[in-house]
Amino acid sequence: MVSLLDHAFDATDALRAFEKRAAGAGAIVSFTGLVRDTGKFGEVMTLHLQAYSPLTERGIAAAVAEAEARWPLTATSVIHRIGDMAPAEPIVFVATASAHRRAAFEAADFLMDYLKTEAVFWKKETTASGDHWIEPRNEDYSDRDRWSKTGS
Amino acid sequence: MATLFYLGRLMDALGTGTETLAIPPGVNDTAALRTWLDAERQLGGILTEPTVRLAINDVIVSEPCAISDTDEIAFLPPVGGG
Repeated sequence: MVSLLDHAFDATDALRAFEKRAAGAGAIVSFTGLVRDTGKFGEVMTLHLQAYSPLTERGIAAAVAEAEARWPLTATSVIHRIGDMAPAEPIVFVATASAHRRAAFEAADFLMDYLKTEAVFWKKETTASGDHWIEPRNEDYSDRDRWSKTGS
Repeated sequence: MATLFYLGRLMDALGTGTETLAIPPGVNDTAALRTWLDAERQLGGILTEPTVRLAINDVIVSEPCAISDTDEIAFLPPVGGG
C-alpha cells in the first residue's frame, strides 16, 4: 500500500492500522523519518517536497513489488509526505510484516534506501538565506548500492 | 498545443510549473525541443543538461525521442529522494 499525503500524519496511528492489516505476522518492522531541523544551508524553516504523479507512485509501487519478490512479506506500507512540512513532522513511514524478523528488517531498509535516492521527489529547504533545492548525498547512493543484484 | 511541466529547480528557472505552448514546425524531437526552448527562454543551457531527463505522457524516454504537438512533456532534474 502506497500513499502520498499532502497533509500531516500520525505515525503511531499508521503503525496501529498496519498491525491490524498484518495480523498473523510474526514480525513487524516500522520506520518513521522526521524532517530534520538543520540542513546544508543552516536551520530549516520549511521543507517542500514535490512529486510528479503518476511517476512517483509508480516508482514506489515497483520498489514495493521488488521487495515483495525478494523477501517473504505478508504486508507492506509506504506513506510519504509531499508539500510543505515543518521540522520534526513525520515525512515518511515504512512498515513491513513477515513471519520472521530478518525479512522484515531487510525489506524495510531496502525500501528506505529506494525512497532516499531513487524515488521521484524534488526537495527544497527554506532557510533564513532563502530557498535551496537539495540533490542526493553520495552516501545515499552507496546505501542504495548495497542492494545491487550485481554486487557492484 | 503541447503541455509542458517543469519540476524541481526548473520550475523556479522557468517561472512556472506548467504551461501549454505551440511547438514550432521543425521541432520534432526531444533534442530539438530542449535546444529551442532553452534558447527561446535564454536559460543558458539548463534544459540541455544530460542529467535533466524527459518524460513524455508519463513515461521517461530514451533520447532523442519524437514529440508531437499534443504531448505532455515533463522536464525532470535529478531527483532528490524523500
